[in-house]
Amino acid sequence: MLSPRPYPLLRYAGAALAPALLLAALPDLARAGLVGEHDALSPAGPQAMHIDRLWRALLWGCTAVFALVTGALVFAVVQHHPAPDTHDLPAPARRRVVRVISFAVGLCVAVLSWFTAETLIAEHRLRGLERPEDDGHLTILVTGRRWWWDIRYEFPQASDIVATANEIHIPVGRPVHLRLVTADVIHSFWVPALHGKRDLIPGRENHLWLQADRPGVYEGQCAEFCGYQHAKMRLLVIARPEDEFHRWIAEQRLPAREPATESERLGREVFLKSSCVMCHTVRGTGAASRAGPDLTHLASRRTLGAVSVPNTRGHLAGWILDPQGIKPGNHMPPHAFPAEELHPLLDYLESLK
Amino acid sequence: MRAPETKRPRLGLLGGFVVALAFAFVLAACRQEERRFRETPSRAGAGPIAQGDLRPGGVTPGASAPNPYEGNAHAIAEGKRLFAWFNCNGCHFAGGGGIGPALMDLKWIYGSEPAQIFSSIVEGRPDGMPAFRERLDDQQVWQLVSYIQTLGGVPPPGKPVDRAHLPAPPGEGAKSRETAPGD
Amino acid sequence: MTPQDPRPCDAASAASDAAPPAGPRAYDAWLDEASLRRTWTRAPGFYGWLTATDHKEIGRRFIATAFIFFLVGGVLAALMRIQLASPENTFLSPDRYNQIFTMHGVTMMFLFAVPMMEAAAIYLVPLMVGTRNLAFPRLNTFSYYIYLFGGILLYVGFVLDIGPDAGWFAYVPLAGPEFSPGKRMDFWAEIITFLEISALVGAVEIVATVLKLRAPGMTLRRMPLFVWAMLVTSVMIVFAMATVETASVYLILERLVGTHFFNPAQGGDPLLWQHAFWFFGHPEVYIIFIPATGMVAQILIAFSQRPIVGYPAIVTAMIATGFLGFGLWVHHMFTTGLPWIGLSVFAIISMLIAIPSGIQVFCWIATLWNGRLRLRTPLWFVLGFIFIFVLGGLTGVMLAAVPFNFQAHDTYFVVAHFHYVLIGGAVFPLFGAFYYWFPKLYGRMLSERLGRWNFWLMFVGFNLTFFPMHKLGFDGMPRRVYTYLDETGWRPLNQLSSLGAVVLALGVLVFVVNVVRSLRRGTPAGDNPWDADTLEWAAASPPALENFRNPPVVDSRYPLWTRTPDAPVVVGLSDRVQEALVTTAIDATPDHRTVFPGPSIWPFIAACSVTLLFFGTIFTLWAVPVGLVLLTTSLVVWLWPRHPDADRDEAPPAS
Repeated sequence: MLSPRPYPLLRYAGAALAPALLLAALPDLARAGLVGEHDALSPAGPQAMHIDRLWRALLWGCTAVFALVTGALVFAVVQHHPAPDTHDLPAPARRRVVRVISFAVGLCVAVLSWFTAETLIAEHRLRGLERPEDDGHLTILVTGRRWWWDIRYEFPQASDIVATANEIHIPVGRPVHLRLVTADVIHSFWVPALHGKRDLIPGRENHLWLQADRPGVYEGQCAEFCGYQHAKMRLLVIARPEDEFHRWIAEQRLPAREPATESERLGREVFLKSSCVMCHTVRGTGAASRAGPDLTHLASRRTLGAVSVPNTRGHLAGWILDPQGIKPGNHMPPHAFPAEELHPLLDYLESLK
Repeated sequence: MRAPETKRPRLGLLGGFVVALAFAFVLAACRQEERRFRETPSRAGAGPIAQGDLRPGGVTPGASAPNPYEGNAHAIAEGKRLFAWFNCNGCHFAGGGGIGPALMDLKWIYGSEPAQIFSSIVEGRPDGMPAFRERLDDQQVWQLVSYIQTLGGVPPPGKPVDRAHLPAPPGEGAKSRETAPGD
Repeated sequence: MTPQDPRPCDAASAASDAAPPAGPRAYDAWLDEASLRRTWTRAPGFYGWLTATDHKEIGRRFIATAFIFFLVGGVLAALMRIQLASPENTFLSPDRYNQIFTMHGVTMMFLFAVPMMEAAAIYLVPLMVGTRNLAFPRLNTFSYYIYLFGGILLYVGFVLDIGPDAGWFAYVPLAGPEFSPGKRMDFWAEIITFLEISALVGAVEIVATVLKLRAPGMTLRRMPLFVWAMLVTSVMIVFAMATVETASVYLILERLVGTHFFNPAQGGDPLLWQHAFWFFGHPEVYIIFIPATGMVAQILIAFSQRPIVGYPAIVTAMIATGFLGFGLWVHHMFTTGLPWIGLSVFAIISMLIAIPSGIQVFCWIATLWNGRLRLRTPLWFVLGFIFIFVLGGLTGVMLAAVPFNFQAHDTYFVVAHFHYVLIGGAVFPLFGAFYYWFPKLYGRMLSERLGRWNFWLMFVGFNLTFFPMHKLGFDGMPRRVYTYLDETGWRPLNQLSSLGAVVLALGVLVFVVNVVRSLRRGTPAGDNPWDADTLEWAAASPPALENFRNPPVVDSRYPLWTRTPDAPVVVGLSDRVQEALVTTAIDATPDHRTVFPGPSIWPFIAACSVTLLFFGTIFTLWAVPVGLVLLTTSLVVWLWPRHPDADRDEAPPAS
């Protein structure tokens, strides 16, 4: 995991050696940033853990039932069959059959009752983890848009609000309240390692409570078909210790870094006079459109395109020049920047930590 | 024993008949449903800025470039989205006009041909229409034009506008569409 | 009706009918079989084909058409598996993939599963209840043409890039006017609306046939289980299909007229669509499953050479499933944020429905246990069905648990679940049923050797394809994704799944080869090659056009096992008009004779009108008045009342 402020020297050297480095280890490392933990059966939070417990009960019960039924089936077929002369079943056999079936049905009812009880218990536990909304918990407004996640950390004071995209940072061990809304069609927010999913439905606001009990990167994905790029509407939930989280929030609250070099200054000019400002915000400049993701701290994010490609210079260039090649159908148009504009622009965007 | 009925030829005949009928029915729909995602990028209006014929009381001569996305369902939907995203409705409202002129009526100060609407968006126009050259891609502008064409004020290509029943607005007689430059 | 009392039931029969003589031999001599055959033969040629009303012919057409759609749907699935075999594959664009998975769902659910079950019923139910044709034969013909036209037009749209692309379930607002521009989802909405008319009228016919046309003596308690299954299914269809048509009409109005049923900005709600659709969608799967349970019961009886264990329990279970099936739909919506209490109620009912299904499974196993088993292909498919369906049913019980559903919903776990219950629970029984009833339909046996290959390839291939999907779902893979990143680690299981699909496809190919070869060179089959118990095996293989020379009288639940050489039959039905005996609903005592209308072109014309009405509306609202006028005209002509004896009077004299 790259630290937020690499040394300037390293950055220049990296830029100069970019081609060579890209060909070497960097792509693998960078692409590793595209995934996080995504196994529902390896829970990292209390909600996922309760669901996992329920799953284990269901799995045991169903496996036992399946084994019994399949065993009976195999036995029924394989066992020696008498060759009687009538089609009818003798009376004692008939009575035994009725007894066995009644017992099996009784067993069914018992197992299903057990499952129902486990379900209601798990539901109760999940409800218990939903805290009242006015308890001062960290609240994040998640707006689903085709095909990215618009994240806003809500705080009482307007200047404290943090806007980012496709990455949610949360402190470890604290419940976090997500308010789920959508700007267009139905989406579904799902981070399997932390909780089940909740739909984002136009005209209503849904709620989800998350908590990560250990630091890590948890991967999520939209789980309700929403059009062409439903497959690549992914997100990362990054759980960090409390102090790191506060540092991250404080950095995110700052406006965009002023360009430090001539190239970066030129890059900002390119940004401001091109079509970028039609959709993107960079706080501290005049770019303030909310149609696309907030780019104020673009370089602090690990990925681009809703966790489609790693956030490296090469991929950023590819994303700007040909986003339709990476995510055909998404709303970012291609751009034909000549090289003398592209490189300063990339320098500027890479400076937006 | 009865031989199995040879139903395949009859099924094929009927099926072919129905398919041919349906084919004729839906042939026109082909182009309408294309989704063209990956177009060559080009900054709208890039290139040398042409001197227009814009002058008080005159109109830009009708350009002849057709709208490559005309009638395309996806483009119209995208145009509608962009219309809202880029705040066209800030001045044009939902087409009824307000601060800016209406886009639903038959009055087009700078022409209602697709290429003329394209120019108006790209070049900007006096009295408040910003120039979106450099800010929009060609494809996006054509998508907007496609959407605007569906708002009702733009007659389908080839169909003449019947203006006989419309009263000439006061003082706008010299700005009518039919006036050719140099008239 | 006994041979000693061969008076016609209807004492006021027309004077042109001479009373048939007493005594079986005299009656036999009197009955003009050639005349009977002629009465039931339709006109030859293309016009005759268009006007056909014989349930066996229409049933075979339904079966062939549904099977073709099954193959096409399978090809679409194969395309998806090719695309998903490797990460970031470019075999299919996202747009094309969306169209393909939508068409796969629509094809399998609307064009294959329900029509195939109805096809089996259309063919078998009249034979099984001992009558000569379905009630309302022309309606049956109409139903077929509606189905054919709807299916063809849907595929025409698909081929021309106007196929639907928002899923077979068409959630709004994605499927609404704003996010599905163009005509693609209009195709979906209009075609689904009129296609389901086909299923509805089929259900009406089956209910009428089962309740009114049963052979004398076939009380409800003696009805074959397949007939019971189709009765329950048909009643479900009437309620469920009406709902989906209402929902799709809402969608049509939303898209074409500009209503706001689903627009929250104007007081509508996207969840209204989900409720309306799933109120149909869940019963739909039981509509597909319950007929399969009927088929399975018939096969088990024949191959165990035993009465089915727990007949009353199975019937009750079918009816209970039918009722409960309408109370579960919200389990498709657990993640939408509905209140907890509602979710809990639906969770409990969803678990509850496992009990009637479980009862049926236990009864089947018990029948096997005590039977004299002959392991032939139909039975193999039934065994495979029990194995696969029970597994799928258990994952269904898991999905009923709401918190678990939060994780598994809309992932490949669900894909695995429903393919287990649908392929296991419907496709395997259908294949088994086809092997079982093929001799009756075509007079030849299917190859047993190829049948074994068919079964094992399908069984192994199916499990290879779909079992890994359970794990994929847990691993975070959602549904309806056209690709995935390699870093997610989903590639190995996806590759395994795609490999399994190849094996499954091979199994289906073996089936096609088997059918084609056996149609020409299969062993000729007798009337009852399996020594089965139900009435269709009393007819010839394939049955004569009139089904039975003398419709049978039933004295037990397993008529062919208990009948004697001098068993009574129904006599007195005319050989000059298409006549059948109507009996009472519960006890099947003879009531009166009815005359079926003969072949007619008006069902075809009416079907064309309905198609024009709905399909044309996609393009112009003028289709509404024009289509309605045409439809009204054709219905009026079709249904113009005829004097009850008109057919008798017109019937040519016996020559």
